[in-house]
Amino acid sequence: MDPNRVRPTQDSVDELIRSGYAHGFVTEIDSDTVPPGLSEDTIRLISQKKNEPAWMLEWRLKAYRHWLTLEEPAWAHVHHPAIDYQAISYYSAPRKKGDGPNSLDEVDPQLLDAYNKLGIPLEEQKALAGVAVDAVFDSVSVATTFRKNLAEAGVIFCAMSEAVREHPELVRKYLGSVVPHTDNYFACLNSAVFTDGTFVYIPRGVTCPMELSTYFRINEAGTGQFERTLIVAEDNSHVSYLEGCTAPMRDENQLHAAVVELVAMEDAKIKYSTVQNWYPGDEQGRGGIYNFVTKRGDCRGDRSHISWTQVETGSAITWKYPSCILRGNDSVGEFYSVAVTRGQQQADTGTKMIHLGRNTRSTIVSKGISAGNGQNTYRGLVRMAQRAENARNHSQCDSLLIGDQCGAHTFPYIEVRNPTAKVEHEATTSKIGEDQLFYCRQRGLSEENAVSMIVNGFCKEVFNQLPMEFAVEAQKLLNITLEGAVG
Amino acid sequence: MLSIKNLQVDIEGKNILQGLDLDVGAGQVHAIMGPNGSGKSTLSHALAGRDGYEVTGGEMLFDGHDLLALDPEQRAHLGIFLGMQYPVELPGVNNMVFMRESLNAIRRARGEEELDAVAFMQRVRDKARLVDLDEKLLKRSVNAGFSGGEKKRNEILQMAMLEPKLAILDETDSGLDIDALRIIAAGVNALRSPERSIILITHYQRLLDYIEPDYVHVIVGGRIVRSGDKELALELEKKGYGWIEEEAAA
Repeated sequence: MDPNRVRPTQDSVDELIRSGYAHGFVTEIDSDTVPPGLSEDTIRLISQKKNEPAWMLEWRLKAYRHWLTLEEPAWAHVHHPAIDYQAISYYSAPRKKGDGPNSLDEVDPQLLDAYNKLGIPLEEQKALAGVAVDAVFDSVSVATTFRKNLAEAGVIFCAMSEAVREHPELVRKYLGSVVPHTDNYFACLNSAVFTDGTFVYIPRGVTCPMELSTYFRINEAGTGQFERTLIVAEDNSHVSYLEGCTAPMRDENQLHAAVVELVAMEDAKIKYSTVQNWYPGDEQGRGGIYNFVTKRGDCRGDRSHISWTQVETGSAITWKYPSCILRGNDSVGEFYSVAVTRGQQQADTGTKMIHLGRNTRSTIVSKGISAGNGQNTYRGLVRMAQRAENARNHSQCDSLLIGDQCGAHTFPYIEVRNPTAKVEHEATTSKIGEDQLFYCRQRGLSEENAVSMIVNGFCKEVFNQLPMEFAVEAQKLLNITLEGAVG
Repeated sequence: MLSIKNLQVDIEGKNILQGLDLDVGAGQVHAIMGPNGSGKSTLSHALAGRDGYEVTGGEMLFDGHDLLALDPEQRAHLGIFLGMQYPVELPGVNNMVFMRESLNAIRRARGEEELDAVAFMQRVRDKARLVDLDEKLLKRSVNAGFSGGEKKRNEILQMAMLEPKLAILDETDSGLDIDALRIIAAGVNALRSPERSIILITHYQRLLDYIEPDYVHVIVGGRIVRSGDKELALELEKKGYGWIEEEAAA
């Protein structure tokens, strides 16, 4: 990669410092928002607004009733005031003309403007990038592009609410099959109140002709966003999915409890990449997003392959463990992560690799960067089940500290029930050294460029996993995030 | 070119340099010798502007610029290069990318055009031959896993790339076998020019067999106590530092 493209000039650095959180604007759009509060009536209302079939409502209610029996988990290494679930509004949709826009012309111009400010011009992306975008604005998908090309390949790429109506047989078969509604507190809440999300179906033998990309954005004050994503890759199919997030500045905490389920059948490969840059809160940590996400992939078929790559720089609190269930024999799971915390940010993130099949392999590469008062925790589980003959795992967890007020913590859990399994765990903690900075500065680099160079070097293994344009973006994001972190 | 007057430097409150004077003219090679702890490396780091080396008195002028007012990178932009005794490892930072960023940062600071990728590659290849550095090392992370000799050669390669006006080589000979020493010395000699001054900091005379200095200075107790030509180095080799220390104390 050409390093010139990602080096901030002094002008752009100054501008960034002045501008604060660049993506913190609020778009005034007339929203159709239900009053705060959670009850069976709220869920019925959501289901009704989305014209859902009865089975979907029943599923939601079943989840809600189960949720009432659960308690919010307290084991994560994060601290926040109690969340008042009755103070959250569970549905917010931008107003639509008629049955919904058929083209971008029909989309609210303010909405398009918001995307332009974020640097996500749908039109240009359609024309230039060749990326199909299912843009999620608040909770309802308002524009889906490239649908036709994908349809020709037999790929289904649509909003979850649409999939519920148009492809009920697929949704019923797979929804909740990887993350059941009983799985955990936040996944259960999501199952009850999810408003929209993305559905992807790749038929047998098909390689998805383009990278699929969804941009999420939370825009309604006090509206929790409960996304539900389901990706199914049939035998011998391939798909790469990109997820990028930003959110506008807010005073109150915003709860985000998404669920992502991946299903990979025989010889299928799913690559799921995330760049997460939600509002982290102000200097005191006020107003940032709570990002409590359940992501799990099921390598159901033999020789299937699921790869998670994430670059997490935003949110006040991140609680997220993209995991793989390696059920099929010879299946492969990967987790590549860069998590950055600065200011008052807290992250408790990692992965679970559950080896069930024979000859299953998993790789974990986790890079945690802490600056300011940031607290960064890696929490990971590697489980080798009894029948996981010759299963292998390699984990590498590295922490980089910038300054002396931050923290890095590692909690690796390893359970091995098969004597032929091999598990390797490596961990390092390092500090950006004064000697490294001096070395770079002696060679003419500014302190800021030196830090960015060292940090990007630290994260290289993970960035290498990202699609090219995403890697450039991630590197930029990292530089911006760590602006002024030293000295 | 470089004029140091009555330089006083403290490290963690301890006075290390106690009134050091040194003048280095354009194109000259000065060797600085002295026993352990006499202040040789302190001088090199103070010249480069490292944090923690607190200048409490005196002055350093370089081409008319007051170095004390400048950050390390600004001094680098003026053409000061410090070849480190212990080159630092930068894991994940590609050696070639690092050199290119470094070179272009300096060129930008001087208002010069950045070197494009092709011209840069050509230059790196040429200079790598000068120090007989395996091209594979160019593609690795900066100094990561390099042997002691490779690290030192990489330093001289950077010096060749950056073409400094003043190169300070801090114990570049330490830890080198005789073959590596010859290669490094040949590289340094190739970089000698009427516009480039070199300060060689070393414990041993043997480096001076290969890089012939114009002047030799001896630091004892944070001051230059004796200056001469290469004969002084030979004398030191024979007699050790004891007699100079005694003279300085007297």
